[in-house]
Amino acid sequence: MLSSPFIAQPSSVSQIMLRVLLALIPGIALYVWYFGPAILVSITLASITALATEAAMLKLRNRPIKPFISDNTALLTAWLLALSIPPLAPWWMVVVGTAFAIAVSKHLYGGLGSNPFNPAMIGYAVLIISFPVHMTHWLTPHALSGVELTFIDQLNYIFNGVLPNNLTLDAITMATALDTMKTQLHLGLSVNDIRDMPIYGRLAGKGSEMVAIGFAIGGLYLLFTRIITWHLPVAYLAALFATSGIFHLVDPQHYVTPLFHWFSGAAMIGAFFILTDPVTSPTTAKGKIIFAVGAGILTYLIRAFGGFPDGMAFATLLMNICVPLIDTYTQPKVFGKKGGGK
Amino acid sequence: MRKLFSFHGGVHPPTHKDESTRSPIAQAPLPSKLVIPLSQHVGNRAVPIVQVGERVLKGQQIGRPEGKLSSAVHASTSGTVTAIDMQLVAHHSGLPDLCVTIIPDGKDEWITHAGMDLKNTPHSELRKQLRNAGVVGLGGAVFPSDQKTDAHHHQIKTLVINGAECEPYITCDDLLMRERAADILHGAEILRELLHAEEVLIGIEDNKPEAVAAMQFAVEQDKHDKMEVLSIPTMYPSGGAKQLIRILTGIEVAAGVRSTEMGVQCFNVATAYCVWRALAHGEPLLSRIVTVTGNVTDAQNFDVLIGTPLDELVALAGSKPDTDRHIMGGPMMGVDLPAGTVGITKATNCIIESSPKLFPPQAPALPCIRCTRCADVCPAELQPQDLYWFAKSNNFGKTQEFHLFDCIECGACAYVCPSNIPLVQYYRYAKSEIHERERDKKAADLARERHEYRQLRIERDKQEKAEKLAQKEREAAAKAAQAAAAAPVATQNDAQQKLIEEAIARAQTQAAVAHPQNTEALTPEQSAEIAAIEARRAKIREMATDAGADDEPHKQ
Repeated sequence: MLSSPFIAQPSSVSQIMLRVLLALIPGIALYVWYFGPAILVSITLASITALATEAAMLKLRNRPIKPFISDNTALLTAWLLALSIPPLAPWWMVVVGTAFAIAVSKHLYGGLGSNPFNPAMIGYAVLIISFPVHMTHWLTPHALSGVELTFIDQLNYIFNGVLPNNLTLDAITMATALDTMKTQLHLGLSVNDIRDMPIYGRLAGKGSEMVAIGFAIGGLYLLFTRIITWHLPVAYLAALFATSGIFHLVDPQHYVTPLFHWFSGAAMIGAFFILTDPVTSPTTAKGKIIFAVGAGILTYLIRAFGGFPDGMAFATLLMNICVPLIDTYTQPKVFGKKGGGK
Repeated sequence: MRKLFSFHGGVHPPTHKDESTRSPIAQAPLPSKLVIPLSQHVGNRAVPIVQVGERVLKGQQIGRPEGKLSSAVHASTSGTVTAIDMQLVAHHSGLPDLCVTIIPDGKDEWITHAGMDLKNTPHSELRKQLRNAGVVGLGGAVFPSDQKTDAHHHQIKTLVINGAECEPYITCDDLLMRERAADILHGAEILRELLHAEEVLIGIEDNKPEAVAAMQFAVEQDKHDKMEVLSIPTMYPSGGAKQLIRILTGIEVAAGVRSTEMGVQCFNVATAYCVWRALAHGEPLLSRIVTVTGNVTDAQNFDVLIGTPLDELVALAGSKPDTDRHIMGGPMMGVDLPAGTVGITKATNCIIESSPKLFPPQAPALPCIRCTRCADVCPAELQPQDLYWFAKSNNFGKTQEFHLFDCIECGACAYVCPSNIPLVQYYRYAKSEIHERERDKKAADLARERHEYRQLRIERDKQEKAEKLAQKEREAAAKAAQAAAAAPVATQNDAQQKLIEEAIARAQTQAAVAHPQNTEALTPEQSAEIAAIEARRAKIREMATDAGADDEPHKQ
């Protein structure tokens, strides 16, 4: 005898994840527009690695391969990781980061639904700790460098580490907007002087600010299709805005504007795509807000005072640790038991 | 306009109600036999009061209500009792239960019956009649109505009449309201009178405009005072009693609380109708409206005699050959019936003939991704993803901490789960495990009490013996002391005195040793229960002292 309910809404994990992948496309399109197609190479590379690792791990764990490989979660991890590292990163870095993310931080913790940490952010953390130099070579938007690498040139560098004869790596790459801000502030420049540098645009880094807007647009799509709720992105961006705003108000020459923080680094993709990973974020509304506010403050603190240029990844991982605790202490009152436990 | 409230969550499954509302209620023909279970209600099973071979009349009681919470069962038509035995019944347990089988004689001959004088009969008599007429809640819960009409001295403000019928496919209440609105409202008036309720609010989902109109018309025509028919937004499970009370009154009745304590009582429209028939016409509950729909050629509502075999009923609607299951109730909370031979009961509001095409099997379940879509739709405002996690890991203590027993098993969580996890099954499993354990614990408690009682007797015997011994020694010592006082030899006296003192000390320690604490033998885990045990022991001690010495000497 079967048990009720006998009907179900046509929805599936793979469908939800597919929507999230689709929502990344505006950001990726703008990425390609400003920085060339290299990012597509790393996304493809990461996707293939992720699927292969997922299949291998499922096989090792004696789990059915088909339902899990088609759930699109491995692909999402791959895309998010590829978007977090420099597009010209050598191919083996993408492979190592993705394989680690899937094999260790997902499957060794029990696979889909059981991993305490965001796999993409674990992959990122492994790479930035293991290969810090490679992780600083971000592509300069071609409008700035005056050089436009062809797709073949980019492929050649990613797979063989060879650049066209007349070019050096420094000519086509640079540090990120956040990184430059940090090092120049250390050198004694004021925020205003730094903002006048050619790599900066209206909001933050030239090119990268537009990519951030692309992610925000995708994020709004997720909000309106109810794939995610407002709690995480709104609380995260508000906390980041408030914390950076306080510092900026106190000393505008040493602390850059809140908007700069919103549109540089991983803030936007983090707010809408990384924190919102359901597996590694709290389940209650109140818990989501606590989690995201914590991540927002930590992101700012790491950016302003920490050793890394961006703080999104580590802020996420640190808050991931707190999720069970947050969930335990934010249990909502149930039906009929709100009025003082009547 | 009255302000309506809303409850948290809810879902909008496709309603599929049009199929069975195209034609009016049809009278199902007399079946070839009736299989009438004696337990069609919450509470004690009715006791059979007929013999095999006996001729019974339509409306004759065949099962007598037993105990406070019970209800009568009747012969739905005249005929001959051919069996009183265990048969499969239309119940979610899937287990056989005691049934009376009647072969109709085709005469449909009534017992003498008459309505009661509603104005001058005391309420207790009216309730007794409801009990003897077998009136129970027809919304599905089948709770005896005589009990529910007793407000237990609580002031009832609102009587809620439930015509929401939120489950997909089911339309029996819809058709009943369309066709028999006046009688439903008469029944509602009786219920209002029995409960001394001020107002009557009738909630009907807005996907049943015909029913709303019919009921509103009847309210106006018969000039029912302080009675309102309210069209509420269609949202599953608005027809849950707690949800409907919330929608109409804003009151939230917590799990484990009687709604009467909060001044509300809720009855289904079909129950109100049966209350009217039972009291004003003296007709026991012999038939009910059943929707037959799903994989059939002519979905329709039938007025069906209780006990009609399922197979004969579904044949009337043209059950298609690829039907593989019969579901009683709706697709959200319904029960997969064990066989086509079971009889229609008072709880059978709908039969959905099911085929793999109609309800395709679920895709294999994936792990929970904690997306909380379940929590978003849960009308009890639970955290289904946590309950699932704890139930799955047999962490039953935690499931209770997370309010497992507030779950109404509406199925909304499983309906939206993107991982296709059969969540409700996990909750049912956890609930049954907890009940099982509580039964075990009760048995263990009883055994422990008996053991403690025995220990107590043994101790008391020891103590009394020790006291007797001490008494003897004391007497002996006193004698010796007298003798010694009389005797002139000092050295001998001293030695004797020493011996006596030693004996007294020995006796005293012995008496002290005979006072061990029972609780010392308990493991630390049981320490929480010590208080309760102590209380029980005190009682047992009293009993033992009262019982005196006569029950103890020979039992040692």
